[in-house]
Amino acid sequence: MTDYNFAYLDEQTKRMIRRAILKGLAVPGYQVPFASREMPMPYGWGTGGVQVSAAVLTPDDTFKVIDQGADDTTNAVSIRRFFEKTAGVAVTEKTAKASVIQTRHRIPETDLTEDQILVYQVPIPEPLRFLEPSEVETRKMHALEEYGLMHVKLYEDISQHGAIATAYAYPVKVEGRYVMDPSPIPKFDNPKLNMAGIQLFGAGREQRIYAVPPYTQVVSLDFEDHPFEASKADHACDLCGSTTSYLDELIVDDEGGRMFMCSDTDFCAARREDAA
Amino acid sequence: MDTQALEGGYANAPVDAAQAFRAIMRVMARPGTIEDITGTAPPAPLSVAAGAVLLTLCDPETPVHLAGGHDTASIRDWITFHTGAPLVAPDKAAFAVGTWDDLPLPAFPLGTSEYPDRSTTLIIERDAFSQQGATLQGPGIKDAARLSLPETEAFQANRRHFPLGLDFIFTSGSRIAALPRSTRVS
Repeated sequence: MTDYNFAYLDEQTKRMIRRAILKGLAVPGYQVPFASREMPMPYGWGTGGVQVSAAVLTPDDTFKVIDQGADDTTNAVSIRRFFEKTAGVAVTEKTAKASVIQTRHRIPETDLTEDQILVYQVPIPEPLRFLEPSEVETRKMHALEEYGLMHVKLYEDISQHGAIATAYAYPVKVEGRYVMDPSPIPKFDNPKLNMAGIQLFGAGREQRIYAVPPYTQVVSLDFEDHPFEASKADHACDLCGSTTSYLDELIVDDEGGRMFMCSDTDFCAARREDAA
Repeated sequence: MDTQALEGGYANAPVDAAQAFRAIMRVMARPGTIEDITGTAPPAPLSVAAGAVLLTLCDPETPVHLAGGHDTASIRDWITFHTGAPLVAPDKAAFAVGTWDDLPLPAFPLGTSEYPDRSTTLIIERDAFSQQGATLQGPGIKDAARLSLPETEAFQANRRHFPLGLDFIFTSGSRIAALPRSTRVS
């Protein structure tokens, strides 16, 4: 502990990130530029989320990290240990017990409360990036609220596939103003973006922070005749039997055998404990 | 030598600032809620809460404007020693401190349409405030919240600039509340 400043980052960096978080909360869905630092992990492993968590954590927090819903994957374990070591925070795998949850690509199945903070790791924060490669242009499009291109993309999905084929990182409109990338969460999770907790998004390589305050209106983009649908595998969890949670599909042998299980390991384990 | 400016900072800056920031973030994310922040002892008339906001968010990268009765030599020295923030005119300010009547609202930058985050955050020192009075609606508020504000028209005008606009932090003693530009006031 004594070898590091509290929560690893130096104080001036944390102040810079904290100012970006506050402006992000004041303009929900707007991507605030910030001077992302190099972290002791590669880009793509959650450097943005880690910097946001470092700026937000206090010693009294209980910290949880999930990677695609799981607490026990390499990425989740290493980030959890990182803050255990550098911030001295308590850690947990239980969603209900955590005060700060850093997540890669899932929203926990258990509803978050007003006292919880959800920190997302974001690879590409700009929802228009694959439609318009120029940052100068996309920034202008956000300024002018010019989102026609995104609707054309969704329309082309319908004309080619008969339905909107986007299954993750499904674009949303925040409080009727900014179109936002909710990070690559499955579109099943999109309705949960309307929540009681504070949601913070950190993109380290792309140097952007954005936020969604509690109870902010978050609407998935769609068309009247092709309404948004939060889809999941049409199956029950083979471990806990839940029919409402988001499922991972696992190949279990080389003869086409497969099983479905909850992506949220804490949710699944708690249900099995309750049943036992 | 006057040593007053050297005192009244955070005893344990990394942890004290983290706890103060949590309170600032909670009030900014939930307009209408009121929290306590302590840990500083700034020279009068700067409140404990305003001092904590300055020490938590300001450094040499954030120009600060001091308005009216807050533009005193002892407050200038205290901010300079503890944060290194340059003291500037309103049109250059990232943060400003003063009473409602002293702060020249139209003079502060609202941000630009491409960078709405480049606007001033005003720290408004008040005698008192409570969860009564004006009705607040918008992001961070479940149905409606209430907060006693110095007036409503200025905040309604500020909301019309959205996504541009000023963000407000209210301080009184150790109490803190906030009103981001996204809040609709009636």
